[in-house]
Amino acid sequence: MHLAYPAVLAVLLFCTGLYGVLARRNAILVLMSVELMLNAVNLNLVAFDVWLRDTLHAGQALTLFTITVAAAEIGIGLAIVLLVYRNRGSSDIDRLRDLAERPDGADAEATNRQPDTEAEATA
Amino acid sequence: MTLTTTAVLVPLLPFLGAVAGLFLGRRAPGFVRPLAVLPTLAAAALTVVVAVGQGGGTATDVATRLTPTGSIPIDLALHVDGFAALMAVLVGVVATCVQLYSTAYLREDPRYASYAALVSLFTSAMLLVVYTGDLMVLLVGWEVMGICSYFLVGHYWETETARAASLKAFLVTKLGDVPFLFGIFALAADAGTFRITGILGSVANRGLDHPTLIALLLLAGVAGKSAQFPLHTWLPDAMAGPTPVSALIHAATMVAAGIYVVARLLPVFAASAAALIVMAVMAAITMVGSGLAALAQDDIKRVLAYSTVGQLGYMLGALAVGDRGAAVFHLLTHGAFKALLFLGAGVIIHAAGTNSLAAMSRMTGLARRIPDAYWTVTVALLALAAIPPFAGFFSKEAVLGAAEHAATGGAHGIPGAAGWTVLVSGLLTALLTAAYATRLWLLVFKGSGVEAPDHGRQPLVMNAVLWVLFVPTLALGLTAPFLPDWFDGRSLAPALTTSVLGTGIAVAGGLVTYAAWRHTTALAARTPIGAVIADPDAPPGLAEETAIATHAPVYGSVAAAPDPADPGRLLLGPLQPHAAVGFHLDAVYTALFVRPVRAAATLVRFLDREVVDTYVRGAGAAPRWLGAAVRRAQTGNVQTYLGALLAGSLVLAVAAVLIATGTGA
Amino acid sequence: MTLAATAAGQGFLSPGGVEIAFLLVGLATLGAAVVTVTTRQLVHAALWLVVALGGIAIEYLLLTAEFIAWVQVLIYVGSVVVLLLFGLMLTKAPIGRSPDADSGNRWAALIVALASAGTLVWVVVDAFRATWINLDAVQGSTETTGRSLFQYWVLPFEALSVLLLAALVGAIVLSRRGGEGKAPAAALRNTTATAPAPREEQR
Repeated sequence: MHLAYPAVLAVLLFCTGLYGVLARRNAILVLMSVELMLNAVNLNLVAFDVWLRDTLHAGQALTLFTITVAAAEIGIGLAIVLLVYRNRGSSDIDRLRDLAERPDGADAEATNRQPDTEAEATA
Repeated sequence: MTLTTTAVLVPLLPFLGAVAGLFLGRRAPGFVRPLAVLPTLAAAALTVVVAVGQGGGTATDVATRLTPTGSIPIDLALHVDGFAALMAVLVGVVATCVQLYSTAYLREDPRYASYAALVSLFTSAMLLVVYTGDLMVLLVGWEVMGICSYFLVGHYWETETARAASLKAFLVTKLGDVPFLFGIFALAADAGTFRITGILGSVANRGLDHPTLIALLLLAGVAGKSAQFPLHTWLPDAMAGPTPVSALIHAATMVAAGIYVVARLLPVFAASAAALIVMAVMAAITMVGSGLAALAQDDIKRVLAYSTVGQLGYMLGALAVGDRGAAVFHLLTHGAFKALLFLGAGVIIHAAGTNSLAAMSRMTGLARRIPDAYWTVTVALLALAAIPPFAGFFSKEAVLGAAEHAATGGAHGIPGAAGWTVLVSGLLTALLTAAYATRLWLLVFKGSGVEAPDHGRQPLVMNAVLWVLFVPTLALGLTAPFLPDWFDGRSLAPALTTSVLGTGIAVAGGLVTYAAWRHTTALAARTPIGAVIADPDAPPGLAEETAIATHAPVYGSVAAAPDPADPGRLLLGPLQPHAAVGFHLDAVYTALFVRPVRAAATLVRFLDREVVDTYVRGAGAAPRWLGAAVRRAQTGNVQTYLGALLAGSLVLAVAAVLIATGTGA
Repeated sequence: MTLAATAAGQGFLSPGGVEIAFLLVGLATLGAAVVTVTTRQLVHAALWLVVALGGIAIEYLLLTAEFIAWVQVLIYVGSVVVLLLFGLMLTKAPIGRSPDADSGNRWAALIVALASAGTLVWVVVDAFRATWINLDAVQGSTETTGRSLFQYWVLPFEALSVLLLAALVGAIVLSRRGGEGKAPAAALRNTTATAPAPREEQR
């Protein structure tokens, strides 16, 4: 089999996941997109491992590790998303804008007020 | 003790007294008065010892070189000749008198300690100037005197007048000191030494390369220090200081330092005929102008100040005709009677409670309240007006005689024009001097109106000092036959022509003033004039401070009063308003220097605020705008950040690939 | 075309059976992935993700990495997606079409993604168009994988267990209700359907 097939598939999956990360609003959907990207990498690892016939099977071992790490990541990520949702009432990524700089420098006040106004904007 | 040791001790003692007074002034107030008087008294005694030891013989020259200082050596040199010895005696005596007088005059002044220390320091500096044989050391004393004068004139610094006057005195004298410094350097460069004897030797042997330039540069410094036209304007304003300071600094010593330096360096000036002419013209303008201005002043101390300027003009005139003996003789007599006049004026101001002649002319019985001051001041005024047989007559005749000698071509190497200038202006000034002396005496002591306030007796020590100074005022002129031994040997005896002429003119001036006074005194009763009279129980210093501070608010000017009963107003006619303000010289200075400087300052401020700061603000604004623009990108949306990050890394990756494969670059 | 001229003599235009299977499954996977990231129904996205992940598992099988494939099915399809579905439910994700599933910078994201895809495809194809994978010997049987894993990769394997433990503890700590999280939690309980309500109360 041509190596190009799994490689191109991995690229396309990765870019799909990339689009999802950048475009999705819900944090859980973003996590799903991250999973897609991770899987694309895994596919690459497996394909190259098979191609190179590695005696240590480093590619497959790494794939296993990646899957494990991804599982841990999804657990932690979901916990964080739940916490954010509990605190803010929303898990929409583009509405969590505390990182933005306020022009008048009234940061302390703005952090208290900002989510409210944003939330009202969505209502 | 050798003459040298004694002479070294003379400036050293007041200096140590000053240092001790400054350090102990706060902690041990009981020591302040002894520390002020005793070192000065001892120094005065030592100056007499030095003078006796010197005895008019050959000059004593001692020098020690501390360290090599470069191309032209600087020595701690001592040069004691007849001039120096007699000058030192004058300085010592007057300083002692002033210190004694001050103990009473400023007895309740909270700043007496620092005042006394500064007077001691000043005395020390003046004695250093007198005794030193090296121009650099002389300059040190010269500048110390300048700064002491600044502090002492500003003694009543609570009043605006005193602050302005001290600043003015300092700046104007410094204006002269800068050319003076250059002159000293040029002189030393030409002569190869700072030693005065060495300079005079090289002048006598091979002459100087730039005599006129050096003489004119030095003359600028002398004009500043000795209050000669056009740098004299600080001296009348300096009367805002305490009266003893006026007596010491602005009559007897510091202003005399300029004359003394010219006398010491006279061969340098005589090497240039142009410098002598300039000196003569300067002296003539100073004499006549100050005489006219003195006639118009209302403040008694300002009259005396202008009188000082005029008498210094006499001395400079004597130097311009090459007779330093006459100049220093007049310096000595003038130091005596002018110190007496100022100290007497202090008593008068205390007794009258005002410094305004207009106010005094409306008081009766001032003479009876202060008989000591009345008699001594009267004699001193006679001496000032050069009435024989008082001291001023002999010294002034010596000056006029020297001028006549030069005018008739009798003096070698002296331009006749200088002689004529000095002679004519000197005679004119004799008339004016007699006139303002008479006016002063009449207005102060022959006033009519309410009874003068009763202050009780003046402090004993103040009156005693007046009588001490009365002796030389009376008798110093009689030493004229002996003084040539101490000086250059030229006779100082009065010549018949100038004596008759001068005395006649002086008497005429006095009589004319008296006539004018008789004419105007009738007006005095009709035009009452307001005055601020200090509390009779106030100490003398406070009374004077009050008088100075209130003169301008009451009469509209620190110098003049709108008094129609003033004989000076009648005598001067239309000149009076101009003479009162010193012939608008201050206004000229304002127009010539102050306004351009202010305009330049405004320009600089404009350039700084509007031009330079614009760049600074622009430099700040550009980053601020940039920051505002960049801040737009900080939306807080993580996805935007990530998108931008990925796009950027994509571009970098493409570039890297293109470069790695060689297809791009 | 250069694409057809391969070094090993196997052209792209004459695919074998495995390659055809790989292509078809790949297309299905990709399609499922695209639907996952574009669908407006959140739960459907999770379900389509199952399809995509399963497709990848089949691709692993086709690449003879069978153990990885089963692990993929077990962990991803079995647990991760379930976890995600729980997440969706716990955050009260709306059932049905939600019009605002995509954020405002969708077009920028599309551009970046397409550009990345183009670049990477170009690079990958340029690099590997002549590379051939020999699938004759099975590379990823359970035996070989287990052997290599417990012979050569024991230490990372153990380290990974520690990582999992840490993640477990972290997740528990993060999702625990209590402490300072009480007030928002109480507010959350009173919430009806829309988010702004608790904010109103907090004021």
